[in-house]
This record gives sequence, C-alpha cells and structure tokens, in this order.
Amino acid sequence: MWKTILRRVLLMIPQLIVLSLLIFWLAKLMPGDPFTGLITPETDPHRIEELREMAGLNDPWYVQYWHWITGAVQGDFGDSYAFKDSVSSLIGDRALNTLWLSLFSVILLYLIAIPLGIYAGRYQGTWFDKGTVLYSFISYAIPTFVLGLLFLFFFGYKLDWFPTSGTVDVKYEAGTWDYFWNKVYHLILPGITFALLGTTTVIQYLRSEVIDSKTQDYVKTARSKGVPMKKIYSKHIFRNSLLPIAAFIGFTITGLLGGSIFIETIFGYPGMGQLFIQSLGQRDYSVITALVLLFGFLALLGSLISDIVMSIVDPRIRIDN
Amino acid sequence: MNTSKELLKIKNLHTSFRIKDEYFAAIEDINLTLNENEVLAIVGESGCGKSTLATSIVGLHPEGNTKVEGEITYGDRNLTKLKEDQLNKIRGNDIGFIFQDPLAALNPLMRIGDQIAETLKYHTKLSEKERTKRVLELLDQVGINMPERVARQYPHQLSGGMRQRVVIAIAIACKPKIMIADEPTTALDVTIQAQILDLLSDLQEETNAGIILITHDLGVVAEVADRVAVMYAGQIIELAPVEELFGNPKHPYTRSLLNSIPQIDSENDRLEVIHGMVPTLTKMPRTGCRFGPRVPWIDESKHETNPQLHEVGQDHLVRCTCWKDFHFEHEEGGLNHELHAN
Repeated sequence: MWKTILRRVLLMIPQLIVLSLLIFWLAKLMPGDPFTGLITPETDPHRIEELREMAGLNDPWYVQYWHWITGAVQGDFGDSYAFKDSVSSLIGDRALNTLWLSLFSVILLYLIAIPLGIYAGRYQGTWFDKGTVLYSFISYAIPTFVLGLLFLFFFGYKLDWFPTSGTVDVKYEAGTWDYFWNKVYHLILPGITFALLGTTTVIQYLRSEVIDSKTQDYVKTARSKGVPMKKIYSKHIFRNSLLPIAAFIGFTITGLLGGSIFIETIFGYPGMGQLFIQSLGQRDYSVITALVLLFGFLALLGSLISDIVMSIVDPRIRIDN
Repeated sequence: MNTSKELLKIKNLHTSFRIKDEYFAAIEDINLTLNENEVLAIVGESGCGKSTLATSIVGLHPEGNTKVEGEITYGDRNLTKLKEDQLNKIRGNDIGFIFQDPLAALNPLMRIGDQIAETLKYHTKLSEKERTKRVLELLDQVGINMPERVARQYPHQLSGGMRQRVVIAIAIACKPKIMIADEPTTALDVTIQAQILDLLSDLQEETNAGIILITHDLGVVAEVADRVAVMYAGQIIELAPVEELFGNPKHPYTRSLLNSIPQIDSENDRLEVIHGMVPTLTKMPRTGCRFGPRVPWIDESKHETNPQLHEVGQDHLVRCTCWKDFHFEHEEGGLNHELHAN
C-alpha cells in the first residue's frame, strides 16, 4: 500500500508540471503586466521599460517560467502587487482560516446528512423520508448567497446572535480558550450555511444506497441467518451504503480547502475563496497563479485521499495484492 | 423414505404481493410435506413461484407488501403466525438457507469467518473464541482447504465454488433440521455443480436434515431428489416420487418439460419448446387450467373448471384432468390441429 501511495505521489509531479505550464501560459496570455496599472500620462516610457527589464519581464518565457517555478517549489511565489506582502504568507494566513471553516463545515455536514440519509432510506415512503427528500431538494435549489444573506440578516443583524464578519475578535489573545471559542463562534454562521447547502448530495446518495442495499441478496442471507433487522442495518447495510460517500470524501475535503468564494465573501471571512476573488478583481497575477496551482494540487491530492479511503473501506479495491 | 418423520407441513399456502393497491397471489393452494432425510425438489420455469415458496416458509419477504396465508407447521408451531423475533430464532437455527448467487449472497465488506460466525452469535451461547473454532470446523466440513486463511478473506477473493461452500457453511452452522436450497448450483460450472450436490448429500447423511431443493435443472433433480413437485404459474401441477415422475409423467406441462431436455442421441436437430409464455403475475388467469393456453389443441371441455390435484397412483398427484387427452403436437391429434390451423 505504501509503495502505491508513493508511486501515486511521484506521478503527481509530471501532472503538476503540466498544470504549472498551463497556468503560466494563461497568465502570460492575459493583457498587461504589473506595471500597466502604474502608467500615467506623465510616466516616462523608458522608466517602465527599465522596470520591466529589472523584473525580468523581457526575458524569454522559459527563463521567466524557470524563475517562477524554482521559486514556487521553495514556497516563494513572489510578492503580491496589491497587498504588498509575499504571496506565501498571504496564502498561509488565509489557508489556516479556510482550514478551520472547512473542518467545521464538513463535520457539521456529515453530522446532519448521514443520519438523515440513512433513516430516510430505511423508512422509505414515510413522512420522515418525504420530509428529508423535500428538504434536500430545497437546499439544493437555494443559491448560497440567498441563504447566506438571509442567515446574516436574521441571526447576525436582526437577532444579533452571531458576528457578521471576521474570524476572531481582536480583544482575545491567541492561544487561550476564549480565543478558540471566539473563533468557533465566528465559524457557526458560515459553517451552518455551508453544511445545510452541501447536504443534498450526501443525503441523496445515502438514501438511494440504503434503499438499494435493502434488496441485496446478502441482506436476505443475513435475514435467513436470523439476524434482527436492526442489526442488519447497523452491521451490513450501513457500511455498504457509505461506499459512495467514501468515494468522494477526498474531493469534498480538498474542495473545501480551496475555500468557498460565496460564503467567505458574504460572511466577510478572510479565507482562500475571498483572497481569490479579490486578487482577480485587482489583477494580482502572482497571487492568482499561486492559488490556481494550489487548487490544482489539492484536486490531485483529493483523488489520492479518496483512493486511499476507498481501499480502506472496500476490500475489493485494496491497492496491493 | 416416506415412513420417516415429518418435518414440515405446508397447508393451503397462498402468498400474494402488493402491486399498486391490489394483492396478486404469486403462489396458490400449495400443499406439501417434507420428511426427515428427504430431498424434495421443486421444479418449474422462471416466474412459476418456486423461490416465493422458499422464502414464504420463513417469511423472508420484504416487509409491508407481502401477504402469506395458510399454515406452515414446523414442530407444533405455525410459521405464518409467528412474529419477526420468533421467526429469527428459527431462521438459521432450525431452517438453513442456501441462495443461488453465492457472490451476491455474501456481504462484500465482511470477512468470510465473521459472516459464518454471525449465525452462531445469534443461535448459540458460544464465546467468541469457540465461535472462531467452530467456523474453522465448518469451513473444513464443507471441504475448504486452509480454513484459517479463508476465514480471514473476503468473498471476492474466493472462487464461485468456494463461495457456494461458504454459503453452505453458513446454512449448516447450527445443524438445521431443514435446509432450503434455492437454485444452489445454477450459478456454478457443471463440474462444481456435481461437487456441491455431493456435499449437500454428505451433509444430509450426517444430520438427517430434510432438504427442499429449488431448481429448474431436471438433471439435478434426477440425480439427488427423492420426490418432485412441479410448479406452473404459482400452483403445484404434479407431485410424485422421482422415479415415477421421470418414468410416468402425467401432466402436459411435466411431459413438455421432460420432452424439451435435449437428448444427445436424438436425431432431431430441433429443440422441443413449449409454446407461449408463463403469464405474468397481474395477468394470471384465476380460473380454469393455467396451462390451457399453452396447449391450445386440447379441447377446453377436457380441462376442469376449477382444477384440483387428483391422485393417479401411489403418492402421485396431478392437477386438472387435461392430461388424459394430452398428446404432443407432432403426434396424431396435434397434427390434425395443425392442419386445421393452416
């Protein structure tokens, strides 16, 4: 198994190189460069040309690419033109915020979706099932920004139960319990919004898997052994029904690490999604390329995690032997 | 054989399934007994109700949309009246099940050993250690080499024949008095089929269990059965000891079935077929001889209006009276019919 994982990780290298070339090429295709915004009627064209020369923008593309990629491998993505800070420290701060939000959302999502999906499938056709299906369709149909704004308006503004932006209040000192709880407090509203809207897939998958599993022959075998229905659900059906969830858990997690543009923007939560949309608006190319490269890496990592989880849960797809 | 102890008595069994808001009987008017140390074969083509009969015995149907009426007497209890938890004490303990497709019948995510031990867990007081020991004994008993290894494996790692042996090990774990085998050899190679049938016979010798063998393979029937019930469209249409059934079949359906077995020494290149199809559950004629539409050259007056089983010989029952006037199409009477039709 470890061998296979190592092989998969090594395989990611050529994939990442191709991705980085693509990103670099796209960035080069975009009109203008970092100095375009500085040009005013009074600017001396020679001065701009000097700056370009100094920044290496007149070098052939492969030299520029080499500069960029060798830096990137060492974690140096250059400086952000808009934030006047190094890209890596900029991403580092945001990534941590997004990590907390993702973790909180994902736990909440599965806490809500797994019981609902399992019970809806088990008691198919009952009012509980119909209610769950209705809920999942509604949550699928509501756009993120609508529910986000509604929550923000009612729970944040009208009722004033939760903060409306930020990750933590400034008065708390890092490392204390108060600081931690205040962080969680800031996570609740965006986290719930995210979890409620993300449950649909998990509920629907689980429900249909449970309904499908009920008619499988191995369930009939278990019944013929005299195993009570309750035990059949917990011992046989539950685990088999989780397979599709396991199949995309890696993508779910790494997808979340990319941050949610809508949620982070609405709740003023400084994470990766918000950073991405800001950099796009400000044409902060060094940040954009770094983020896209990172998202690509996360997607590759996601599929690796999914494969590993699958092989743990389902013996039929053990990677080795 | 018939003098031995009666294990199971099925009386007037009707099983109906709900389709939309109506119940349709999948099997009707089933009367059967199963004796100790006996193999009772139930044969018929797909959709005739064989499997429904098997699962009706211990109520294995999906809950909610099935109605099982009649009496199934096991010991002093009527199984159709028992509650789920009472049935659970009988399932696997007194009555073991062997299913058709051994890959589908095993949980893909559970180790072989655990799947066998599960039966023991609910029916015996054995400790976990003793259960493990018994699992290895059982695997050995069903002819699996290296039981320790196989117990730790998953179903997909075994061959079809081994999987069926595992399914049998599950069925016999608690030494049941009755074994119900629903097409146990259908999904297997011919060579493996013979091994599995031998295994079942060996196990029966040890435990004196009564076996209900459901199959559509008349070869299997000839090999292992003591008595045969032929089912058509949800009813038993002929019931006889095996030699009698093969030597002196009466009902048109039984005769057609036997006639459709390809003979290696026959000069006829064409396979004999039975015309028409088994009516579906919702389109089943509820009166008259159900086989009538498939032998149109028999005059309607020759069928009973409400066909019953009649004794025509020692332990030999046949439904309807049409058998007296039955002949194959290519025989004399049939030829006339064909001429008329043309």
